[in-house]
Amino acid sequence: MTPRAEFVHWFFAAGILFVGLCLLAEAVAGREVWERRPWRRYLWPGTAFAMGVLLWPVMAFYTNSAIHMYAHGSWAEALMLAGGAELGLVHGRLRSPYWRLAWPLAFLVTGIAFLVHEQNPWFFARSAFLHHTLGWTFVVAATVPLALVWRPRSTALRASFALVVVLVSVQLFADRDVAPVFGHLSPLAGLPHR
Amino acid sequence: MNSAYAHHNLSDRTRISRPQIVSLIGPAVAAAGVVWALVQPYRVTLLHPRGQGFWWLLAEPPLLVVLVGVVFSLVVARPLLADLEGAG
Repeated sequence: MTPRAEFVHWFFAAGILFVGLCLLAEAVAGREVWERRPWRRYLWPGTAFAMGVLLWPVMAFYTNSAIHMYAHGSWAEALMLAGGAELGLVHGRLRSPYWRLAWPLAFLVTGIAFLVHEQNPWFFARSAFLHHTLGWTFVVAATVPLALVWRPRSTALRASFALVVVLVSVQLFADRDVAPVFGHLSPLAGLPHR
Repeated sequence: MNSAYAHHNLSDRTRISRPQIVSLIGPAVAAAGVVWALVQPYRVTLLHPRGQGFWWLLAEPPLLVVLVGVVFSLVVARPLLADLEGAG
């Protein structure tokens, strides 16, 4: 009854896409207008935190190797830390803008975990390819939330952050358990399904 | 014709306002999901549900994209547009 790994990736992709769209709308509308309604302040940080919490059952039920457990566990911790720090900042409990360093940290931890826990080469199967691209996306794009710590009002940086999050969701939606990538599929990967 | 006036007039016509961008995000995402479903109809298991299990019927990636676009439009974009118009 446990869903396939690809189903879980698609559900998380939907949540990440929603967060990305909220970030984009916030970048376009401006923080003053975005924060005009109190519930909206908590919307995307709360969604990010909730996804961090939901990664714990993923860690528990998809432990096909120790390294998968460590990867999912580290994502859960990093996402909860970043979402929680943002919630504390928008609520006013946390005051130092350096709490926003939790986002580049979360990106780096996530990217490294993606790269380390994928044991197969790029063109082994689509899931391996996407693990590599997701890992490098997170590692390189960690510079965007890092720059936002010092330039929090920059519309270009905020829009870039949103588009990176949307890009991550697109990659997760493209994931399949066993499927070819650009015509390549290792015979060791198993039989592809629809 | 005054070139400064012509330039100003052109930029007024071509510039997309912030409310327009916000109002376009949700429909654009929903449309992307519809296009995906048309390009890869086999990803929508509801179109051929016989013999499919619960998770195959629940997890429909193109429809999830459409759902996110619709929910964003109704829950986020609509009140945000009202606030943007109030601020403008």
